[in-house]
Amino acid sequence: MKLKQVVKTTTLAAAVSAMTALATPALAEVLIGSTLAITGRASFLGDPEAKTLAMLVDEINAAGGINGEPVRLIQYDDGGDPNKARTFATRLVEDDEVVAVIGGSTTGTTMAMVPIFEEAEVPFISLAGAVAIIDPVKKWVFKTPHTDRMACEKIFTDMQANGISKIGMISGTGGFGKSMRGQCMDVAGDFDIEIVADETYGPSDSDMTPQLTNIKNTDGIQAVVNPGFGQGPAIVTRNYRQLGIDLPLYQSHGVASKSFIELAGDAAEGVRLPAAALLVANNLAEDDPQKPVVMKYIEDYQTATGEPVSTFGGHAYDAFKMLAAAMETAGTTTDSAAIRYALENTSGFIGTAGVVNMSPDDHLGLDLSAFKMLEIRDGDWTIIE
Amino acid sequence: MLTRIPPRVRALLILSILILIAPMLFPSSFYYRIGTLIFINSIAVIGLVILIGYAGQISLGHAGFSGIGAYACALAPTHLGLPPFLSLILGAVISGLLAWFVGRPILRLKGHYLAVATLGLGMLISMVLNNEAQFTGGPDGMMVASLGLTKGLEGLFDVNLKTSVVWYWFAGVMVLLGAWIALNLYNSPTGRVLRSVHDSEIAAKTVGADVARYKLVAFVISAVYASIAGSMLALFNRFITPDIASFLHSVELVTMTVLGGAGSVLGGIAGATLLTALPQALTVFHEYEHVMLGLIMMLVMIFMRDGLLPTLRKTLTRRAIA
Repeated sequence: MKLKQVVKTTTLAAAVSAMTALATPALAEVLIGSTLAITGRASFLGDPEAKTLAMLVDEINAAGGINGEPVRLIQYDDGGDPNKARTFATRLVEDDEVVAVIGGSTTGTTMAMVPIFEEAEVPFISLAGAVAIIDPVKKWVFKTPHTDRMACEKIFTDMQANGISKIGMISGTGGFGKSMRGQCMDVAGDFDIEIVADETYGPSDSDMTPQLTNIKNTDGIQAVVNPGFGQGPAIVTRNYRQLGIDLPLYQSHGVASKSFIELAGDAAEGVRLPAAALLVANNLAEDDPQKPVVMKYIEDYQTATGEPVSTFGGHAYDAFKMLAAAMETAGTTTDSAAIRYALENTSGFIGTAGVVNMSPDDHLGLDLSAFKMLEIRDGDWTIIE
Repeated sequence: MLTRIPPRVRALLILSILILIAPMLFPSSFYYRIGTLIFINSIAVIGLVILIGYAGQISLGHAGFSGIGAYACALAPTHLGLPPFLSLILGAVISGLLAWFVGRPILRLKGHYLAVATLGLGMLISMVLNNEAQFTGGPDGMMVASLGLTKGLEGLFDVNLKTSVVWYWFAGVMVLLGAWIALNLYNSPTGRVLRSVHDSEIAAKTVGADVARYKLVAFVISAVYASIAGSMLALFNRFITPDIASFLHSVELVTMTVLGGAGSVLGGIAGATLLTALPQALTVFHEYEHVMLGLIMMLVMIFMRDGLLPTLRKTLTRRAIA
């Protein structure tokens, strides 16, 4: 009797669940993969990127998904470790079978993953800086952030306009400073600029007056560039004024945050630097095409997370929006080749980094106009151009 | 029946069977990669089992030797024109020599000097790899030449193979080889001296063992193991960054060794398996991954003092007797 009852109820339960399963056909989902450095040393990159992606997925699903299909984001945290990133990349491709991947917060993780996506033919949009990611062009690899090469070019363009041809460089020895120093050396010749002094400082140095004194004593020097990240550039700026060096000082996009002005204080007056529009959203001209985009992102991000925006989250914003647009243009959420083709033909896309026009030879699609030249006046950014 | 087989043969047998049957349970080809990573970590850990488990010495810089092995495979093919396999051997020789050079003065001392010295050595290697950007590519890393395993086999048999599948079997054989050497060492005269050093340095010295020399032997062997593991990782991933030589990676290797059971080769491999596979299983918990890992480690340390495998074995045999 008892056994009979058990069998009966189980059969009933099975029947009911089978019917509900039939009644709700499995919805096609758009699987987008992502592996970022959410924790670890590079978490200042990965954390805002991950939050931005989560926010955008919610937003797009609330609006009906891409081509009517809901988006599911498969998110892994590689901690900035290239070996882990490669493992997660393999997992995304072979196990999760995603249609496209956004991620790689650092150049190291990105470069470790590139061969996997090239081999599996999955579109991949990197959020890392180095120019090596897209130069030479790789068929399935794209990226959204400006390169440090562009920052150098922007600075040198401004110098050229001001008749400067002999400069000194003082670079941080961290990854950022080292990479940008190399790029600046590379492109200086194109702008008829000669680097007559080349000094470096360690990431934890607290006094750069000896290096700056060397630069000051170099004959014919007309301006100084300081590629660096973190507190180093603020110390350089203070020492620069203490030594009474009366030459233009150029900082990099690495210091484009309010904390630099706070750290350097009055010494920051007159310092020039290239920066993305996102940081000077309020100062943009009303007719600037980027203004509505960056204002919306800033507002959305701050409401969603309660934190201030950073350019890094902006890179993820651009990547996701561009991918969604490519899927809509291609009219497919499954055909990788068609999505890749649409991505490569992205044109006139307005993101937080600038206006993107990709081509088969250019998988970044940004030009120098993506950078604004800023000068610090009265403790605030002023766009000069 | 099984008990009549000598323990080291039994251990190798168990290991080969596990390596053979694991792929039958793989739901997708991605798991071959995890398997390969487990094997590569296991090789480094077997070296540490010899150093920590047999000789009772602690090294906090073994990732440094992995770094040397990895960068040997990245640099030697382009700068010296060596084929990748010879670069692996070159890396192992350099690591062994460096271990000998550093270990010789340090291992004459008693106590934790080796831990401190290796800590410094590991950091120095990591700094060199980070800063000599013109050779190593700096923190952004560099590409590594292919070992040509997959291509070679495809050419030989005219088939289409997945790199990770080929590597799974190659690394599996390497682990068996490494385990075989370590297991044989255990019962050899050298192994017995090493274990006596572990139990009591004074007693070992009293019976006439050259303690410093044998500690050095263990240190050099373990450095070679770590270097080969590093080379294999570089050749498998085809890309390498200085992260491989980081202090955290050293700690990770020691944790794997101690977690599984420092005294036994199979225990070390169990530790490597757990710590390599667990982060993949815990991605669902995402935010709590590190908490879970820490919790598991604490529980093992508190309740399984000898490590995972030896405790398990002890409980099982006790049950069997009762």
